[in-house]
Amino acid sequence: MSQYVLRRLMIAIPSLLGISLVLFVVLALAPGDPFSELATNPNVPPEVQQALRARFGLDDPIYLRYLHWLNAMLHGDWGFSFVSRMNVDTLILQRLPATLYVIGSAQILALLIAIPVGVYAATKPYSLFDQIANTLAFVGFSLPTFFTGILFILIFSVTLDWLPFVYTTDIKATGIHYVLEMIRQAIMPVAVLGLFQAASMTRFVRSAMLDVIRLDYVTTARAKGLGQANVIVKHVMRNAMIPVVTLIALQMPAVFGGAIVTEQIFRIPGIGSLLISSILSNDTPVVMAVTFVFACLVVLFNLIADVLYGWLDPRISLR
Amino acid sequence: MAPLLEIKGLKTHFSTDDGILQAVDGVDITINRGETLCVVGESGCGKTVTAMSILKLIAMPPGRIAAGEIIFEGRDLVPLTSNQLDEIRAKEIGFIFQEPMTSLNPVLTVGEQIAESLRRHENVTRKQALERTIEMLKLVQIPNAEGRVHNYPHQFSGGMRQRVMIAMALACKPKLIIADEPTTALDVTIQAQILDLLQDMKERFGMAVMLITHAMGVVAETAQRVVVMYAGKVVEEADVDALFADPRHPYTQGLIRSIPRIDLDSEHKTRLEAIGGSVPILINPPVGCRFAPRCKFAMDVCTEKEPLLRQIAPGHRMACHLGDVQLGDAAGALA
Amino acid sequence: MAGLTLASPSAERGVYSPWRETWRRFSRHKLAVVSAFLLLILILAVVIGPFIWRVSINDIDIVAGMQGPSLAHPFGTDDLGQDILARMIYGGRISLAVGLAAMLVSVFIGTLVGALAGMSRGALGHGLMWLTDLFLSLPQLPLLLLLIYLFRDGLKQVFGPEGGIFILIVLVIGGLRWMPVARLVRAQFLSIREKEFVEAARALGASPVRQVVKHILPNALGPVIIAGTIDVAAAIIAESTLSFLGLGFPPDTPTWGRLLYDAKDFLDIGPHWALFPGGAIFITVVAINFIGDGLRDALDARRVI
Ligand SMILES: Nc1ncnc2c1ncn2[C@@H]1O[C@H](COP(=O)(O)OP(=O)(O)OP(=O)(O)O)[C@@H](O)[C@H]1O
Ligand code: SF4
Ligand SMILES: [Mg+2]
Repeated sequence: MSQYVLRRLMIAIPSLLGISLVLFVVLALAPGDPFSELATNPNVPPEVQQALRARFGLDDPIYLRYLHWLNAMLHGDWGFSFVSRMNVDTLILQRLPATLYVIGSAQILALLIAIPVGVYAATKPYSLFDQIANTLAFVGFSLPTFFTGILFILIFSVTLDWLPFVYTTDIKATGIHYVLEMIRQAIMPVAVLGLFQAASMTRFVRSAMLDVIRLDYVTTARAKGLGQANVIVKHVMRNAMIPVVTLIALQMPAVFGGAIVTEQIFRIPGIGSLLISSILSNDTPVVMAVTFVFACLVVLFNLIADVLYGWLDPRISLR
Repeated sequence: MAPLLEIKGLKTHFSTDDGILQAVDGVDITINRGETLCVVGESGCGKTVTAMSILKLIAMPPGRIAAGEIIFEGRDLVPLTSNQLDEIRAKEIGFIFQEPMTSLNPVLTVGEQIAESLRRHENVTRKQALERTIEMLKLVQIPNAEGRVHNYPHQFSGGMRQRVMIAMALACKPKLIIADEPTTALDVTIQAQILDLLQDMKERFGMAVMLITHAMGVVAETAQRVVVMYAGKVVEEADVDALFADPRHPYTQGLIRSIPRIDLDSEHKTRLEAIGGSVPILINPPVGCRFAPRCKFAMDVCTEKEPLLRQIAPGHRMACHLGDVQLGDAAGALA
Repeated sequence: MAGLTLASPSAERGVYSPWRETWRRFSRHKLAVVSAFLLLILILAVVIGPFIWRVSINDIDIVAGMQGPSLAHPFGTDDLGQDILARMIYGGRISLAVGLAAMLVSVFIGTLVGALAGMSRGALGHGLMWLTDLFLSLPQLPLLLLLIYLFRDGLKQVFGPEGGIFILIVLVIGGLRWMPVARLVRAQFLSIREKEFVEAARALGASPVRQVVKHILPNALGPVIIAGTIDVAAAIIAESTLSFLGLGFPPDTPTWGRLLYDAKDFLDIGPHWALFPGGAIFITVVAINFIGDGLRDALDARRVI
């Protein structure tokens, strides 16, 4: 097993390198010098500008520039944000927890909805429940997060006035009230993101279950008189989760997309809204770094999925 | 003594895109205690569906038991719910499936899979279940059973997996074992070993076996009685000797002629007398005898009236108008 | 092999043309049929709408601002008093055009990559599949934003503000969504390559390109059509998302996403402003997705009965 994890890690490294290469090429191909506006920006002292040019080796050959850049990224030397007036890595570390909190809770909510609904729908295919669940799932992933977000605000904040629609980090309360307020303000963003994901996950779970439910070994299990619930949980679900893990991992890039939108709508101070604001203020080092962080998160989640996959499927880990 | 299992007029239908598929259409099969009954017939004639209907293991929906009775030890299983049948599954009737490669759950160890039926049906602790499982694995001649019990199915060969399947089916010492083509997917040499093992186990535990196969050679070696199925119906039923000595239904005759003959020289050996044509479609089947399109002896009456299964000699039944004509003649002569 | 001697059930009941059979299966998916009808209406509305609803999209009338739906303005007006219906008709053309064009780009790239990967057994094939997997794990929206951030000014200078961003968005969305098609096409190649009719064509000396065009691609058509349909929906969402984040089309181009972006700060006084364009995006996307589902029923042989 540990060998398997190690091998997966070895596969993750080239994809990280590949992603960094893609990012760098995009940056290098971009017309104009992304740092040129620093020259005209009166806020930037000339010696900083000089240091920047030297560190990024803007006059070196391209592969050297890539290596320099990569080296700097690996050393946590992600540059300086002139807009926020702090180091990019500090800035990102400040913003990351809010993003992970929302994405993580949304993921849990999605699983809590998708697994029971998908499993139950698959045990009664084409029943009324299945058809309703299926249609709702379709509607769910056809509803773009920015529209659901707006609908939620319209309903729960504007009309009903139940929930706040602006997320804040300095809640003026302590103790239990602080926790409650934290939860209250996270409800809408988490619901928007979680429901969006639950929609596609439900379909994954259902179709994976249906694929497994027809297999011979499920008949074998039923022939043992184990009872419906036991057969479904122990024999069908256990196997159906294997492809679902991969599908969920493949879904991660879309989840981050949804997170950016949600953070923007509810003004959550995470790295998604940081990305948008730094694009709007031409803060290139931050834009690059946030994109890279998102890429790393995707690779990380893929790695986690691979490990889970190996843990769920004995045929993999024992090989 | 009352038979162990009596299937009467079983009809199992599937709803499909194109209409109702009558996979099993009025089948009668009787199995006595301790006997080996072979069910033969070519692919798609409804052998598996018949067997799976007994414990309602067919997919429902689209499958449905449309009519019939399945009486096991005096109790009709058809009206029972799946929950009620769970008490009979594995405990009273064990199943061995055709495909050892796909019939075991890939993510559970073989030990868990055998033990789970013991733990379901018999009041045993985890430890006792493990011991019994190892014992069963030894019984079906799995070398190093203590170690192998913790292995996953993919670590076994096809023949070994089928041994595991047999161990699983035998674990609760059922009164009837239904083996659905247990050797079709295996190498010829392994096939013989598995059949021997099955025979062995049967004698040791004194249970009845319903062996489904399309190999007439297997039938000749193992069966006491034989049921021949064609297109969802039983066309002939007899003791094995009677069937081979005096096959009455044209389809059975064809089947028997298709057995490779060892005693012929090599040139003839390769020329099996295959039955021309193939199984008719089971959606809206034609009236009359379903074998008629392929039958050498087909007469007008064959496409008009369905031949019914009747006794033609003690313990020998068949469904063919040919018999009718002969019987009719005999009856006429008697009068 | 037995299948060759067996008369197939459909052959017995008269010969169906494959298109008739496809339509028969598609039409059994009620929601897909309704969706196709809805989408047709939507397309007609944005194509011929401007000829019927002749209100200008940027006539400013502050006095008539923030009005709810009325006879004069069926979808109401925005803060500047501009007619939302007229703006939505205009924006709908852009959204649908972006969706279709981006789909074509992704299908083109995907087919090319998939075909190359399917044909070459060596390093090229492996390399391309690695690239496909890499692209699948790229965070799409951040990258999309990054690309637009870096390139929009350059393209704006060459193609004008609207044309430049259109080309950029189409290329970038298409360029980030070709992977499923590439996988499907490659899978078709691998499964069909060994089949008899391709072998026969090869034995008869058909050139590789000819084999691909005549034998393999037509077989990959079904799955690719399904994936392409879904791609249209995804591209429309991607474009709306960009516009919603204020990073898509220029502010005076009223795409549906842009309308939502402008409306989102007025939810309390003018909810209609957000609901109509949001509803339009949703209906379009859900309709396309249902059509894709219907096509899957109709074109994909691997169905559970
Ligand atoms: N779930 C199902 N849905 C629809 N039709 C089915 C289903 N299961 C079986 N059938 C049909 O029932 C008929 C009988 O199948 P069955 O599996 O009993 O044949 P068999 O005699 O066991 O053949 P084989 O020797 O190939 O195992 C076939 O025509 C098959 O297509
Ligand atoms: S009933 Fe007629 S067709 Fe059928 S087997 Fe007998 S002779 Fe042949
Ligand atoms: Mg069978």
